[in-house]
Amino acid sequence: MIKTNNLSKTYRLGKVSVHAMIDVSICIQGGEFVAVMGPSGSGKSTLMNLLGCLDQPSSGSYHLENFDIKNLNQNQLAEVRNKRIGFVFQNFNLLPRASALENVELPLLYGRVKNSQILALKALERVGLAKRSKHRPNELSGGERQRVAIARAIVNKPAIVLADEPTGNLDTSTGNEIMSIFSSLNSEGTTIILVTHERAIASFARRTIEMKDGYIYKDKINSEIAV
Amino acid sequence: MLIFDLFKMAIRSLIANTMRTFLTALGMIIGVASVISMISIGEGARQQTLSTIAKFGTNIITIKPGKKKTRHVSSDNVNTLVLEDAEAINTHIPLITGVAAQVYRSAQIKYGNKNTNTTVRGTGIKYLEIANFTLYQGRYFSSQEVRSIRRVAILGSTVVKNLFGDITPIGKEIKIDGSNYLIIGSTIPKGALSWFDPDDQIFIPVTTAQKRLFGVNNIQSIDIQAEKIEDLEIIKERVESLLRIRHGIRKTEESDFHVQNSSQWLNSWGDAAKTFTYLLGGIAGISLLVGGIGIMNIMLVSITERTKEIGIRIAIGAKKSEIMQQFLIESVLISFIGGGIGIMIGIVISRTVSKIGGWDTIVSSQSIMIAFGFSVGVGIFFGYYPARKAANLNPIDALRYE
Repeated sequence: MIKTNNLSKTYRLGKVSVHAMIDVSICIQGGEFVAVMGPSGSGKSTLMNLLGCLDQPSSGSYHLENFDIKNLNQNQLAEVRNKRIGFVFQNFNLLPRASALENVELPLLYGRVKNSQILALKALERVGLAKRSKHRPNELSGGERQRVAIARAIVNKPAIVLADEPTGNLDTSTGNEIMSIFSSLNSEGTTIILVTHERAIASFARRTIEMKDGYIYKDKINSEIAV
Repeated sequence: MLIFDLFKMAIRSLIANTMRTFLTALGMIIGVASVISMISIGEGARQQTLSTIAKFGTNIITIKPGKKKTRHVSSDNVNTLVLEDAEAINTHIPLITGVAAQVYRSAQIKYGNKNTNTTVRGTGIKYLEIANFTLYQGRYFSSQEVRSIRRVAILGSTVVKNLFGDITPIGKEIKIDGSNYLIIGSTIPKGALSWFDPDDQIFIPVTTAQKRLFGVNNIQSIDIQAEKIEDLEIIKERVESLLRIRHGIRKTEESDFHVQNSSQWLNSWGDAAKTFTYLLGGIAGISLLVGGIGIMNIMLVSITERTKEIGIRIAIGAKKSEIMQQFLIESVLISFIGGGIGIMIGIVISRTVSKIGGWDTIVSSQSIMIAFGFSVGVGIFFGYYPARKAANLNPIDALRYE
């Protein structure tokens, strides 16, 4: 599903080169649930941006579902982000003026999918928020907003959901509710890659990749999985 | 994304900032309204000028004394034309319906204790017809009265109003420079031009004017009316050669008179008025440009404000072209709405001007289309740069933007 080979990212800040990620080679199979951990500045967000096709690597290769990302043009990358990948962010990133339903509908509109309203409502049902479909984000609690964001991420039935600290702005119990949604999505076959710096959250995943200073320094299968 | 959804989104974001949208559109409204009203006022002025000039007759050739090509405005000391020239033209030139020799000067007119200063025009029996005047009361003077140098006068309507008010002037006597003249007729008003009132004059026999009133032997102009407008050029040539022979001018010399065709005059006036219209439209067009810059300004602000939204849209799969279209549609919608309202206000302004100013204005569908097309064009032109800026945002930076 995901295969990277010596993937590196270097930013230039004036004359100084900052190596945000160095020679990351990972292989993630379909249906995996992976947590990426590490202190801030360890390169985990860079990895997520590269995996999500929001950014191009400085060197190395990235194959997503056997496609070399390098060979795709801007429009094809947009389509990959639309159809194959779902994003969940720490600060939810919902459109403030649109209702929950309209937020969830948006990827369908960009993907020109028919019956978008019905499909969006189904996705909201899936995260248990069908009743609040008409509400705007500022009328929802943090946990509800994140559930809308998850519904938006899964509405196009992507193969991969990338979640960047999805519980970072939530309290522990709400965070656990969100994590159980990810667990259940994973049990239905969706590949989930999750960035976190909380051990408790990472323990929901079956595999943990730990990063430090742009390198992967630990990649292990979790023996105990939280439920 | 379908264009319909893009429109829906653009309308929604315009409504979310109603005040800002309105103020931005206001630039376009003022621009388009001023273009429409200015062009309609200019066009109305042109049409009115042309139709008033046409009242003087369009198939007229006018001969004035003076040297050609000297750019010297003919004045009283150029005395090359005489009454006999006019008579010769009348006898020898075919295809004409009438000739009217003229001498004119302003003079003091008195009736009882009222007096007025007006133009006294000494002329022939064909003048009324040639100059497109119509008798209102009484009669015009006859050739007999011209020959016998009689003191008779026909008054223009403005003179009648000034001296007599509502009283019928026929049969009364007025004093022109101290001597008595019998009023035998009056004319129907032709309507004043802004610089000249054709009704503010009186007509007397040309001989009377020369010998009794002004004490001159020359005449100041000869008007010739052609049967058909197509014959004007031929008549002009013949008159020229006739007068050259009569005045004894050799081939190498220039004529001591000007021959002017009234349709040339009409054309040059029309052209001048057209230039005036373009000038007005051009000045108004500048406000359209300023309105467009206002749109660009607001779109740039709006894009900075919505950086995060743009990042989100890119992350969930919006193509560059779709981001660009979204913002272009917004700017075009603003200018479209502004253009629409501007046209309505422009029409109202030009109607009001014609009502209050008594000045005909013409709102042509052409000027509406030009103004509207311009406003949409301005929307695209000034919306393009901000929209492209939005489409080229880096999604990672955009998502991090607070």
